[in-house]
Amino acid sequence: MSGSSSSSVAGRDIVALEGVTKRFPGIVANDSVDLSIRPGEVHVLLGENGAGKSTLIGMLSGLQQPDEGRILVDGKPTPITSPRHALALGIGTVFQHMMLVPTLTVAENLLLGGPWWQRPRTEELEARVAEITRSLGITVKLHAKVSELSLGEQQQVEILRAMVRNSRLLILDESTSMLTPKGIDELGALMRRLVEQGLAIVFITHKLKEAAAFGDRISVLKLGRKVGEIPPERFRALGEQAIISEIVELMFGKQKDDPEAVERPVRTVRAEAAPLLQVADLAVAPTDNAPGLSSISFDIRPGEILGIAGIDGNGQKQLAEALAGQRAATSGSVRLEGIAIEALSVGERRRRGLRYLTDDRLGEGTVGTFPVSINFFLKQVGAAPFWRHGVEQRGEIDERAAQLVREYDVRTPSLKTPVARLSGGNIQKVLLARELAEGAKVVIFNKPTYGLDLANTLASRQRIRDTAARGLAVLLISTDLEELLSMCDRVAVIANGAIVGTVENTDDARTRIGRLMIGLAA
Amino acid sequence: MTGLFSEVFLSALLFGAVTAAIPLLLAGLGEQMSEKAGVLNIGIEGMMLAGAYLGFVGAFYSGSLWLGFLTGAAGGVAVALIMALLCVRIGLNQIVIGIALTLGLEGLTALLHHFQFSRSYPRLPAADATVIPLLSDIPVVGPAFFKHHLIVYLAVALVFGMGYLYRRTQLGLNLQAAGDKPAALDVAGIDVIRTRTIAVLTTGALAGLGGAFLANVGAGLFIPFITNGAGFLGIVLAMLARGRPVWVLFGALLFGVCLSLTTAMQVAGINIPTDVIQMLPFLAVMIMLVLFGRRASLPAALGIPYERGAR
Ligand SMILES: Nc1ncnc2c1ncn2[C@@H]1O[C@H](COP(=O)(O)OP(=O)(O)OP(=O)(O)O)[C@@H](O)[C@H]1O
Ligand SMILES: [Mg+2]
Repeated sequence: MSGSSSSSVAGRDIVALEGVTKRFPGIVANDSVDLSIRPGEVHVLLGENGAGKSTLIGMLSGLQQPDEGRILVDGKPTPITSPRHALALGIGTVFQHMMLVPTLTVAENLLLGGPWWQRPRTEELEARVAEITRSLGITVKLHAKVSELSLGEQQQVEILRAMVRNSRLLILDESTSMLTPKGIDELGALMRRLVEQGLAIVFITHKLKEAAAFGDRISVLKLGRKVGEIPPERFRALGEQAIISEIVELMFGKQKDDPEAVERPVRTVRAEAAPLLQVADLAVAPTDNAPGLSSISFDIRPGEILGIAGIDGNGQKQLAEALAGQRAATSGSVRLEGIAIEALSVGERRRRGLRYLTDDRLGEGTVGTFPVSINFFLKQVGAAPFWRHGVEQRGEIDERAAQLVREYDVRTPSLKTPVARLSGGNIQKVLLARELAEGAKVVIFNKPTYGLDLANTLASRQRIRDTAARGLAVLLISTDLEELLSMCDRVAVIANGAIVGTVENTDDARTRIGRLMIGLAA
Repeated sequence: MTGLFSEVFLSALLFGAVTAAIPLLLAGLGEQMSEKAGVLNIGIEGMMLAGAYLGFVGAFYSGSLWLGFLTGAAGGVAVALIMALLCVRIGLNQIVIGIALTLGLEGLTALLHHFQFSRSYPRLPAADATVIPLLSDIPVVGPAFFKHHLIVYLAVALVFGMGYLYRRTQLGLNLQAAGDKPAALDVAGIDVIRTRTIAVLTTGALAGLGGAFLANVGAGLFIPFITNGAGFLGIVLAMLARGRPVWVLFGALLFGVCLSLTTAMQVAGINIPTDVIQMLPFLAVMIMLVLFGRRASLPAALGIPYERGAR
């Protein structure tokens, strides 16, 4: 089970898929996919939202069984019957959706899975974790409750867990989506070290640069089918740009040099216009493991996009929630069109045009078991024209929902499909569609494009730009510096719950923001 | 009226409170375990009835109270097996099955009892007490708390055993994960269905034991519907205790006092209609729910059947 004892010679598959097909009601998630996973290689899996990447991982980790085809482990056909079986085979997975128990501590989550008759071996774990975190260069609060960690911190815990288990195949399903640029680079370096020790890694991402930088072999999925592969020999022969353009061609069938590179926006924010959102001296009390906020002040004028940059877990979520009214502020004022709203309820703020797009899509963003159509109007339950006298108006709802599905390109088998069945990226589109709907004046986006594939990321960014162009005020919280630079008029940097500086998005913005983030003056 | 506040009366009242509290305690602890693991066990009233009936029959024919406790617990487990099969394994609605089990067992035990004993209600000899030396000599408290059947002390010890289980053992972690985020437990390599099944069967054993105690020690006989809502009180206790076994104990004692007071006031001939007196424990439930119910936090996946890979 341990990495060093890998009996398989480099070059032989640890795990291979042969003609694997998986169907769900109304959709073929994987269509006769072949894949070979080898020790000493980072195998990057790419594909649009809904292409079937996570489904493939589900079968490798024993959550699901293929309808057709077979899985070979060390060359032998081996049905992976359960997650326990997968772990025993040495397959460790970091899933796309959080797999931690929120009410347990980090340590308890890491201990989960031990033999039930044993006392949890806390000391042993602490020693092991200290060893790994040192080599990873991260700190983990072992005794904090998971529910008090930011999503980024939770993601680190999950990666740590896969490491603690000594897997020989490590699967990372969009594990960089919540990490900082520095954290991503460190993870890349770590993956390199691990494959050099003979591990195999499957790495799923939507960021093509990560794929080019960290991968050895790339497979591209499209609508459930594998449409292309770049083997290691070719991979090494190509430069980053060549790889990226080849991938883009495989995925989208069109060519473009750096699809993410966008002209810095030239927008005309009228300086004399009255601010739509004014925040002054906003403060929130800290909890045990989450920072509070202190003296947060900023204005956003109509048509303006203000970015919030910073390392995840520095109060971004608290800020968004305090503005949306989901978290009590201890002092300070929030004005929408000049009217104080800090004492108003969540619903009342929303009615006045304040919208908040959470980064916790499945948790607080949607009701997983409700159909897609209802999720579009969750925040309008009971209101006309979708509800009349307390009765749901099916016709109205379906008609408008169908329109939104088309407009936002939500890939769903039907309007009645429970929203949790959609792929991660498509859930995000449902949220976007809902929050940008009629009446919005100020929109808060918290990591709006994480987990979206390239095409959808670009489309979402364009939608946010259009939102601002319509004269709305936008607060864009993101850990992706490129994203902020490509969209914002100004960028404020948050650290430890306070704004440490605000930078106009001019040519030297990148370095100035970088300096602020690491604690230097811009 | 002098009798009402005499030492003897007070210690009898408290003695009765403890006796009445034990079945609630066992039911509450059992329900707590199921709920922790994510199964809302409404069938617990039925499990108690099965335990009461089989426990009585076991003790009646063997002459041994301990054998009665054993058959009672086995009866509870048998009902719990049905629950585990239908709700945990097949994933049917837990509320519907729970109610069906309770109603079914109410009818079944009444029917069986009628066939066996027709209209007679044979009694068991009084349970012999394990007297704790020294402590039992303390006035009032001694006779009230330290002259009970051995199983009473064991039940109280179980409270601390459960506390240890939840806070300090791997199984405790597994149970909590099964209730709060079963998918996380599953991908950690622990079978959710098995974990929940263990929880439900344990609930059955504890509820069955509680029922047997109620019949054999509390009443000394079996009459149809003898549990009279004790299982439901157990559900309330488990909900209010928020995962802490000690709170189940406190709650059970409080209800025990109310139940005992009901009997005591009837015996003392206080001039209040008996119906009103019998409402007392339920009034206590409502007061407790109003006071603490809002803070009751339930496991996130409570009542939701787990299916691997579904989303
Ligand atoms: N348990 C399920 N039940 C029904 N449909 C499912 C289920 N799991 C996945 N699907 C469907 O299968 C398709 C593939 O989903 P999958 O999650 O594998 O996509 P993905 O490539 O991981 O996308 P993303 O990048 O957005 O995470 C989607 O259309 C999804 O709706
Ligand atoms: Mg996915």
